[in-house]
Amino acid sequence: MPLSLEDVNRIARLARLELSPEEQRAMQSSINDFFQIVEQMSAVDTSGLEPLHTPLSAIGEVALRLRPDAVTETDQRERNMANAPAAEDGLFLVPQVIE
Amino acid sequence: MTAALHTLGVAELGKAIASGLTSSVEATQALLARAKADTLNAFLVVDEAGALAAAKAADARRAAGEAGPLLGVPVAHKDIFVTEDTPTTAGSRILEGYRSPFDATVVARLKAAGTVSLGKLNCDEFAMGSANENSAFGPVRNPWDATRVPGGSSGGSAAAVAAQLVPAATGTDTGGSIRQPAGFTGVTGIKPTYGVCSRFGMIAFASSLDQAGPLARTAEDCALLLSAMSGFDERDSTSVQKPPQDFHAQMLAARTGASAARPLEGLRIGLPKEFFPAALAADVGGRVRAALAEMEKLGATLVDVSLPRTELSIPVYYIIAPAEASSNLSRYDGVRYGHRAAKFADLADMYRKSRAEAFGPEVKRRIMIGTYVLSHGYYDAYYLQAQKIRRMIADDFQACFQQCDLIAGPIAPTVAWKIGEQGDDPVKAYLADIFTLPGSLAGLPGMSVPAGLGEGGMPVGLQLLGNYFAEGTLLHAAHHLQLATDFHTLRPAA
Repeated sequence: MPLSLEDVNRIARLARLELSPEEQRAMQSSINDFFQIVEQMSAVDTSGLEPLHTPLSAIGEVALRLRPDAVTETDQRERNMANAPAAEDGLFLVPQVIE
Repeated sequence: MTAALHTLGVAELGKAIASGLTSSVEATQALLARAKADTLNAFLVVDEAGALAAAKAADARRAAGEAGPLLGVPVAHKDIFVTEDTPTTAGSRILEGYRSPFDATVVARLKAAGTVSLGKLNCDEFAMGSANENSAFGPVRNPWDATRVPGGSSGGSAAAVAAQLVPAATGTDTGGSIRQPAGFTGVTGIKPTYGVCSRFGMIAFASSLDQAGPLARTAEDCALLLSAMSGFDERDSTSVQKPPQDFHAQMLAARTGASAARPLEGLRIGLPKEFFPAALAADVGGRVRAALAEMEKLGATLVDVSLPRTELSIPVYYIIAPAEASSNLSRYDGVRYGHRAAKFADLADMYRKSRAEAFGPEVKRRIMIGTYVLSHGYYDAYYLQAQKIRRMIADDFQACFQQCDLIAGPIAPTVAWKIGEQGDDPVKAYLADIFTLPGSLAGLPGMSVPAGLGEGGMPVGLQLLGNYFAEGTLLHAAHHLQLATDFHTLRPAA
């Protein structure tokens, strides 16, 4: 089923993207075009198959590594904070959230 | 040294510096002059002061007795790798002005090997694109024809190497972003097996697909760079735990049963029939077959194989990659770094406006597609189904590798197209990725090797794919093709 403009707006809200009315229409048409080539996927019988989340698990089990819980990074607080659009006293500033 | 230094490749330049014919400072100055005069929009930043300081340091290391094939050799980095010394944008307005507190592992390792970074190279925004037309800082031009695209997303890397602004550059490949621009500009590129190069400090697009690799003018140069770039990194959870590899030695190792005249003796190259469809452009098919005929002369045998889900790889990739991207790009919220809108009503509105103002149309589209396929009620039908078909695609490759050692085909259905020619039709662009997507989904190593010129005098790339960790076999085959032919020495008119 093609996406309606309402669907597009719902997805944009989830994605935290503000779209202008023109962008909404363009997005609706290009996403619907794309889903025409996606439909062929539904005809593929994948019963009993495990999803391939990481490529090397195609040839064997991939285990996640754990490292010791130790401090290994040096303090880069000032350099990290330097990229913040708004900061004060070593804290990131955001608009008031709680009244 | 009077020979034009910009014409030398990585290995040649390393030897010229080692023998005292030139110095890193002299080579760096010569290439900086060319990078500063770049008319292709390949460079986003030329770091003159940083490069000269690094070159002086490299010459001092040589003088102190240190050796190494890359010591003093200039390179440049795709702007998807974070660098301490220069800004990093990922081709996006959202990161304009961003300064990383650290170097990506790939950058740090190349620095430790003594390479000199000339600066940062243009790319599609967050590496999303196949033509370098999605950069917030303008399209990159193809040095073979400035009205055409250089491919993407590592378009700046490919154009800079092809135009001899730098002997080699780093790139990243998620769905073909090293191989396809290498093919479109007549340079050599390799994407190693997923996990061979660390993703630490490589700005994330689709984490289960992203891999770093070099673009250079020969397979030998790629082997030297890949040896320095790769290896286990504790900071990347998917980094492969293997001892450091010498890809140059692997490239040189003779095959059993090989002779000087037949160095590829016993090498079986599989040709998937799906990689040679009737619709394949005649110039591309012709050049690829001619290059394969040269490999036959060198002892290789060609066998017919099949990758029946080649066409399905397009929707599978364009579901999985946007899904991972929508998750990865949620970090751009205008709080810790990046663009923040000037006016907003509240926190949620700040997120929406900041992201809307600073992401380009293709990035927004992929975030939307990814958010949709991961959302409640659609996850199983789209994302999970795509990941299951992805396993079938990977299994198809394993079945092929029962019959052959390498797989070959074209990089793309046509040569590089004109800038703007694809208009606003993203699906048309997605379809052109058909030959590079299957190997990406399976996480296999792949190369683009120049195969001569097609329509309009534009380069055609031969794609070679190997099984997991078969980088040595790939580089060996490409190296011998390049020793026997001169496709890789063709250069655009200056």
